[in-house]
Amino acid sequence: MKMAGRPAPGEPGLLLRTGLALLLAAVAAGVGLALFAEPVAPGLAGAVEAELARSGADNPVTAVLLNFRGYDTLLEIAVLTAALVGVWALGPAPRSKETTPSPVLLGMNSVLIPLGALICAYLLWAGTARPGGAFQAGAVLAAVSVLHILAGRRPRMHLPEAPMRWGVVIGLAVFLAVGLGVKGAGRHFLEYPVDLAGGLILFVETAATLSIAVILAGLFIGGRPEDEP
Amino acid sequence: MSAGLVLDTLLVLILLWLAWAALASRDLFRGIVLFIAFGLVLAMAWARLGAPDVALAEAAIGAGLTGALLLATWGRLPGSDKKPAAGEESGDEDGG
Amino acid sequence: MSSGLLFALGGLGIVVIGGWALVLRAHLIRKVLAINIMGSGAFLILVGAGSMGGGDVDPVPQAMVITGIVVAISATALALALVLRIANATGKPALPEDRERDLMDEEGM
Repeated sequence: MKMAGRPAPGEPGLLLRTGLALLLAAVAAGVGLALFAEPVAPGLAGAVEAELARSGADNPVTAVLLNFRGYDTLLEIAVLTAALVGVWALGPAPRSKETTPSPVLLGMNSVLIPLGALICAYLLWAGTARPGGAFQAGAVLAAVSVLHILAGRRPRMHLPEAPMRWGVVIGLAVFLAVGLGVKGAGRHFLEYPVDLAGGLILFVETAATLSIAVILAGLFIGGRPEDEP
Repeated sequence: MSAGLVLDTLLVLILLWLAWAALASRDLFRGIVLFIAFGLVLAMAWARLGAPDVALAEAAIGAGLTGALLLATWGRLPGSDKKPAAGEESGDEDGG
Repeated sequence: MSSGLLFALGGLGIVVIGGWALVLRAHLIRKVLAINIMGSGAFLILVGAGSMGGGDVDPVPQAMVITGIVVAISATALALALVLRIANATGKPALPEDRERDLMDEEGM
């Protein structure tokens, strides 16, 4: 219970709170004004719709992510990779205590892990025409991998180091390779030829899904994998 | 006021309450769980906004994996300030 | 009031709540929570404002938000690894200027 009078050492004082309140009020006022301003801009839905047939995907969000704004997605995968490298640089994976996993977890894993793999494949395949895509598929695969790790009996997770490193790198590598590879006939970086666009998008998405799953699971592990015999 | 707008208002109010409760909660474990709930309600909001891809990504990555990361870090923190009464797997269970 | 505007204003409120907690709370994991909540609020503003124009659903802000969600978890994972290092090195998951504060204090909000 805070005592009346001066606050405890280190507690934020009145000056900080007032300053913060003023700053937040200014931000709220600014954004609020912008939201209520007229007229409202038309947005890019029409522009995307016009080029959708040539983009190689029927789902407009996938078309934007993997074709129109493919460069952003390439950098996003680079950010994921960099974050994992950063976590790996901070030290070896934290050890978990030696506990036997709950039988409920083991039982559910026998159902959830195959189901998760199936859902991942579906989301990846459906992403071109229906809601789905590489990120959603990779996240589902990472989630079942986390379940598998949580059910591991040994406190030292046996992580095969070399395959894991390949899994981390392959998404970024394939995306870069495709982006540079299409530069052949006077096209720019990442400018897919129209007849190959669908296949290239799926190819890049598959590699990206694998990488995203490995990276997200690696982020959960929280450190460098030790290659224990 | 149409039914859709009523639902949207309800969602926004729930989101605001969950955000405040997650951050003001005295118990950090409870705060993290409320954050996961926030993520799931947010996925509903994305669905209402006509963004199913974002809803999938939010539920899987924003709520699920971020929540798992937060709980794992909370469990790995040194010291005895964590309350084992929450009943998760980081305690020393002898099968009791 | 369209639903897009409603969600955008809700997102603005969430950003303010997150910003308030980010500065005033001491526990580092709570600061990470606050940043994530602020991010989610910002995404709501983006897609909500994108929905305001009536007409078709605009896929570009949705793609930006998906990218944002992935970047947010990357930054969160790195931040949490750093929090763990700080906690192991100094005993408390708090910044040096916050070490004296009660980390679980609800009055600090």
